[in-house]
Amino acid sequence: MIDKKDVEYAAGLAQLKLDEEEKEKYTEQIGEILDYVDKLSELDTDDVVPTAYTVPMKNVLRKDEVQESLPREKSLANAPDEKDGQFRAPKIMSD
Amino acid sequence: MSTKYETVIGLEVHVQLNTESKIFCGCSTEFGKEPNENTCPVCLGLPGTLPVLNKKVVDYAIMAGLALNCEIAEYSKFDRKNYFYPDLPKAYQISQFDLPVAENGRIEIETDEGIFNIGVTRVHLEEDAGKLIHEGSIDKSKGSLVDYNRTGVPLIEIVSEPDMRTPAQAKAYLTELKMIMEYLDISDCNMEEGSLRCDANVSLRPVGQEEFGTKAELKNMNSFSAVEKGLEYEVKRQRQLLEEGGEVVQETRTWDESLNKTISMRGKEEAHDYRYFPEPDLVPLEINEAWKEEMRKEIPELPREKYKRFVSELGLPEYDAGVLTGDKDMAVFFEEVLKDYDDPKNLSNWMMGEFLRLLNENNHSPFDSGVTPLNLARMLKLIDEDVISGKIAKEVFEKMYNSGSDPETIVEEEGLKQISDEDELENIVDGIIAENSDAVEDVQNGKDRAIGFLVGQVMKETRGKANPGLVNQMLRDKLMD
Amino acid sequence: MNIYDLTIHELKDKIAAGELTPAEIKNAYSDRINEVEDSVKSYITVTDQLADQGLAAYEKKKDGLLAGIPIAVKDNMSTDGIKTSCASKMLENYKPPYDATAVEKLSEAGAVIMGKTNMDEFAMGSSTENSAFFNTHNPWNLNHAPGGSSGGSAAAVAAGECAAALGSDTGGSIRQPAAYCGVVGLKPTYGMVSRYGLVAFASSLDQIGPITKDVEDSAIMMNVIAGHDPKDSTSIEGKKEDYTEYLKEDVSGMKIGIPEEYFNLDFDKEVKESVMAAVEKLKEAGAEVETVHMTDASYALAAYYVIAPAEASSNLARYDGVRYGLRSEHASDVSEMFTNTRHEGFGDEVKRRIMIGTYALSSGYYDAYYLKAQKVRTLIKDDFDRIFNDFDLIVTPTAPTTAIELGSKSDPLEMYYTDIFTVPINIAGVPAMSVPCGFDSNQMPIGLQLIGPHFGEGKIIQAAYTLEKLLNIKDKRAEL
Repeated sequence: MIDKKDVEYAAGLAQLKLDEEEKEKYTEQIGEILDYVDKLSELDTDDVVPTAYTVPMKNVLRKDEVQESLPREKSLANAPDEKDGQFRAPKIMSD
Repeated sequence: MSTKYETVIGLEVHVQLNTESKIFCGCSTEFGKEPNENTCPVCLGLPGTLPVLNKKVVDYAIMAGLALNCEIAEYSKFDRKNYFYPDLPKAYQISQFDLPVAENGRIEIETDEGIFNIGVTRVHLEEDAGKLIHEGSIDKSKGSLVDYNRTGVPLIEIVSEPDMRTPAQAKAYLTELKMIMEYLDISDCNMEEGSLRCDANVSLRPVGQEEFGTKAELKNMNSFSAVEKGLEYEVKRQRQLLEEGGEVVQETRTWDESLNKTISMRGKEEAHDYRYFPEPDLVPLEINEAWKEEMRKEIPELPREKYKRFVSELGLPEYDAGVLTGDKDMAVFFEEVLKDYDDPKNLSNWMMGEFLRLLNENNHSPFDSGVTPLNLARMLKLIDEDVISGKIAKEVFEKMYNSGSDPETIVEEEGLKQISDEDELENIVDGIIAENSDAVEDVQNGKDRAIGFLVGQVMKETRGKANPGLVNQMLRDKLMD
Repeated sequence: MNIYDLTIHELKDKIAAGELTPAEIKNAYSDRINEVEDSVKSYITVTDQLADQGLAAYEKKKDGLLAGIPIAVKDNMSTDGIKTSCASKMLENYKPPYDATAVEKLSEAGAVIMGKTNMDEFAMGSSTENSAFFNTHNPWNLNHAPGGSSGGSAAAVAAGECAAALGSDTGGSIRQPAAYCGVVGLKPTYGMVSRYGLVAFASSLDQIGPITKDVEDSAIMMNVIAGHDPKDSTSIEGKKEDYTEYLKEDVSGMKIGIPEEYFNLDFDKEVKESVMAAVEKLKEAGAEVETVHMTDASYALAAYYVIAPAEASSNLARYDGVRYGLRSEHASDVSEMFTNTRHEGFGDEVKRRIMIGTYALSSGYYDAYYLKAQKVRTLIKDDFDRIFNDFDLIVTPTAPTTAIELGSKSDPLEMYYTDIFTVPINIAGVPAMSVPCGFDSNQMPIGLQLIGPHFGEGKIIQAAYTLEKLLNIKDKRAEL
């Protein structure tokens, strides 16, 4: 069953910072939810094709035509930080 | 006795497709625009936006798959590859996981060591990420700046089997791929601009061992020479490690062009758990026979076939055939000329000599110059018909190259026609005989070489226009009787 | 009746008859908002500017189906230049540069957009208590929740703060609050209404739909918002109809299935009685009602709590602080910025679902959870298809209880269970409507769910319209 290490691993993948209390809480709650979800194993699905699309459709395609882009100031309007028309973020590597 | 090691290389090649618009939105793919000028809500990954697939991108992937002798999937779908990075606006890349457009192909390559078949595992579609630059150096930077113009530019990723045994084979494979993409006209294939990118998996194993050794993944090789140098370095590094009794660590390494070595990226990479799952915002692709056939018709004769035909049917030396088919435009130009001219070897000499020299000097591709295929054919005929000499032809050709005029006009206007009329040459030849008594004496004393000197003098006098064969004959007739 | 109590079609009639002008209507609704908003708290943003624009465009859009009609929009639908927060701190200051297709269609039809309504953060929840900003109160009893996640939209309609509203439904988020607030909520067939501009929660389940005061309004709203959109690859072509054609009092010969496994679940007795009484009325009106057997709804709920969080974990990954929305001020490098931003920006339930989804998709667990859930999804979809071979509609309660009290449920699983009747419908991608069928002993409204086959919105509207006439409770309004 899910333990604290699994929770830490998932939090890492999801880029979520959890404090100790949250880790404990989520380990327990997610454990309960997954216990419930485990009832799925009662159903035999060996020969069942998974459904990703409930309304079967295929080949939805558009023509290779250029449409107008956003004016740059609109693209950047919500940027928390910008510089020279670029989105600015903190540096990549930690010291 | 020390163990002998065999190198095993597999390549993952990303090719940017040269469509007008991006893979999932209508933004232009044009290179070199101001940062973030080619962006919209979709490629910026704004909340609520959805992708709509560009048909041409699928067309191109099918063409690539067919050209690489792959099986084209009847049913294909897109998946999300989840990871965080500032240049990836949705924090997932729309890619293809288990059902790529094409699988199980192979291509033939040739190196000095012979001909090899390299397996192509798969060809799949995906979207490119943006461009991230560090303020200052990567180590000391205060921040990073992101330009999303490249986000959503269509890519195909071509994954090879681990079939290459030397860096030279890897380079030949990459070259062959590039040529195929250029012949298909689906990519600019410019490694420096990033429209062709190559990562490599490299490992060594004792000769005779089936099982693969531990591999290193090699990235950041931004030119053909970097691919070769990077692989050579990495092979050497691993061999040394193994010979010293060490172990190769599975890791990503980056090629540092300035240091001329590969550097470990360990610790600087997140764990690879991409949590692929089917992209719910796109519906599946069904590629039927009709679609495949339509694309098959778009595929021209590919470089390898052309090369073989140039050798076997046109009788060109392998070297010539290699140079001519190595560049699609060269090959096309060559074949255009052949429609009006029937000496392939003579044409090949011209294209690989004068023409290539001028193209390189001017950084032109064949169709950029003033020379049209028809005019080149006409010029070669003028030589064959003795209207101009080979030497004069070089002058004419350069004028054609720069002005775009046809050869007859240039010959006419510049008065460059070869003089093949004995009467017209008579006086000049006589004059040269009179002026060069020493040489005449040498000739008469049996020094055959002196004839050449006298021919040269006539050519000089006529500014190269005299028919040298005729002058030679006239001199012999006059002096050796 | 007060102007703010009128339905869309009543308002349209009065405009046509010259009894009311769009400006008078808009003012009546604005006054109503000023009067009750402090106690109901339906809106995150009241968009006076948008409403005035809509009013100003009235002359040009006179023939539009919603010309001059005050409409509210859930705050997870993109509105150009107007804050679209999803009730999350993450997007508290986010103003999108584009309109959602559904919003665009409202504007084209002449609607006067009154505001953006409160919801559970990123539509994750069943009571609107997961809003990062404040609770919305049920107009029928202010101590009760309006349901969720489209609680603000349902409450706004029930309180007369708009004539109708758009909600979104991933596992019941239109129908359950509609039931709790005594209004009509329709979740259309997956793909009938464009999702372009709807901030994604679970892409394969999300659908926009109308919340209205009666069934006729639902049909009018569908005529406006349904239809193919080239910007949404999952949007269906060629299935749109004139839904007002189905406004007929006629269920004779209609075959209605009552799934025993659903009615055997543990749920409120008064809800059950009320739903069964309504079914009896349909029977009296000529419907053929039969008990049917279906897969236990708890399997659908289990599959839902894998599929929805998995898709959500991916959809919500883009909130990283780089391009828009919140950015943590406490970060020395990008990785720290990601984790701190997401720590500060997301609420508890959102984090929980991201965690479940990430875990379910992670290496080694994909087959056991995600793939398994997708296979069970096939079984559930086949189950509905099988019933709809022989039946026109299926009837169930919308929710196991009437509106819960605010703050009464803190256990996530217990809260998830309130979606037991609605979740299977999203899993199967079929349409369903919640229509009021009565009140419990506390005078809280009860909803009945009509489920149809893919593209069966017409039949649903027809049966619901008939039921509405038979029950004659639609003019009853919450007293505030």
